[in-house]
Amino acid sequence: MADALLIKLTGRTILVLVFGFLYLPIAVLVLLSFNESGLPTSWSGFSLRWYVSLAGNSDILHAAWNTLVVAVVATLIATVLGTMLAIGMETRKRRSTPLEALAFSPMVIPDIVLAVALLTLFSRLNVTMGLHTIIISHVIFDLAFVCSVVRARLKNFDFSIVEASRDLGASSFTTFWRVTFPVLLPAIVAGALLAFTLSVDEFIIAFFTAGAGRASITLPMQIYSMIRFGVTPEINALATLVMGVSATVLLISQWLNKEQMTR
Amino acid sequence: MSSQTARSNLMALPAIAWLGLFMIVPCLIVFAYAFLTRGLYGGVEYTLTAENFLRVIDPLYAQIFLTSVRIAGLATLFAILIAYPAAYAICLAPKRLQPILLFFAVLPFWSNYLIRTYAWIVLLNREGLINNALRWFGYDGEPLSLLYSEGAVIVGLVYNYLPFVILAIYSSLSRLNGELIEASRDLGASRVRTFWRVTLPLTMPGVAAGGVFIFVLSIGNFVTPALLGGGRFQMIGNLVYDQFLTANDWPFGAALGMVLIAVMIALLLLQARASARFSGETAEARHG
Repeated sequence: MADALLIKLTGRTILVLVFGFLYLPIAVLVLLSFNESGLPTSWSGFSLRWYVSLAGNSDILHAAWNTLVVAVVATLIATVLGTMLAIGMETRKRRSTPLEALAFSPMVIPDIVLAVALLTLFSRLNVTMGLHTIIISHVIFDLAFVCSVVRARLKNFDFSIVEASRDLGASSFTTFWRVTFPVLLPAIVAGALLAFTLSVDEFIIAFFTAGAGRASITLPMQIYSMIRFGVTPEINALATLVMGVSATVLLISQWLNKEQMTR
Repeated sequence: MSSQTARSNLMALPAIAWLGLFMIVPCLIVFAYAFLTRGLYGGVEYTLTAENFLRVIDPLYAQIFLTSVRIAGLATLFAILIAYPAAYAICLAPKRLQPILLFFAVLPFWSNYLIRTYAWIVLLNREGLINNALRWFGYDGEPLSLLYSEGAVIVGLVYNYLPFVILAIYSSLSRLNGELIEASRDLGASRVRTFWRVTLPLTMPGVAAGGVFIFVLSIGNFVTPALLGGGRFQMIGNLVYDQFLTANDWPFGAALGMVLIAVMIALLLLQARASARFSGETAEARHG
């Protein structure tokens, strides 16, 4: 029995160490963002002054607005396309390997390669780059993630209820909106939320497809240029806010996914 | 073609069109660029050449390639060495806790990459937390230059991609057939022997999947070397970035990008073959 106890203790220790490694750096950042002095050297009291100074920084507000526009529009398009793709793939009689590869590749292609490829395409076509080109680019990987979340739900989907609905005389249109869609809805929303956070956080592709100038700068691009000038208390506050939003959205997404699995 | 297949294809069509137009076509253009000649003012000239690929093996660039392989390889190694025990420990936890532990192990992965990298600047810089802690413990020498080193780049890569490696290894550990472990123990093998001869080989597909993932993402990374390496450590990703945004040598940048894609495809194929072989062996072990 001593053996079993030892294994259990080792397991616990490893978990503490690994979670410490994953969360301590983030925790330090969050803590520093509330430090009055803003320095890592000393704690001079709790303060929201760095958050207040963020709210007065028009560059950051402008970048935050751009990010929101990109993420919302890209998510909407990707959710429709990704859901349709998932349904198309799961209702096929035979798996199509090229289609599987196509749906999988946006998740594994190195983002620098996709970024330069898109830059090349847009400049070849003489497209003026801006928020719209970032949106087009973000839809690529957003739709792949939406598709994979919705497909996971479809794998457990009982297609006999679709047949039942059709046998009872419902049109395929009615069947989709009254039977398939409600069952899929939690997965669609979960996928959309995931796509939204990916889009909010994406830097490299946005950086290459935003075009010149500051007009279509996004929050990660703003953060990148701030980081290059060193550690400032404002970045700590901004980082805390961005991570807070991501974590909240992801928790909701996970909760929706769990709800549907247990139902 | 049955009407069902036609309908399924129709549903998939818009996404296929989007990916075709904005992912496949651009990649093909870049592929073509890799064989063209650099124009005078940026741009390209339509003269076919293999020179861009020859430059990749030029000693100067081969050096950067080797550095990238070394950094990505070490990051992969360390990530697996941390992730395997972590995934194992999650498997040992009570069943109902496992999904929660896994969720929180993966959560950082979905949050902002730049911010997670920045967190390490806060920790490692000369006025940073680690140097402060050392001073607090009585160290009074020069502050340590922890940032802007190869070690910092590796730490950053491991930190950023660890969650996914844990996820990949956990998914193959949790699918492991407990009976095989029991059989090995019943037949008199020690825990250590059982681990090396049964558990580890059977979970290799998970290790390979996680390893390929972190290696591919690390070798093409340009943010981490730029921020934690302070530009001192050029990796292929940085080189691609430079060719497109500063050196304006798009054909060479395109060739480098194609090398990255080739590395990725080769590793994915290798991983798929290894997984197939391992699952084949498992099936034999079950039936034989």
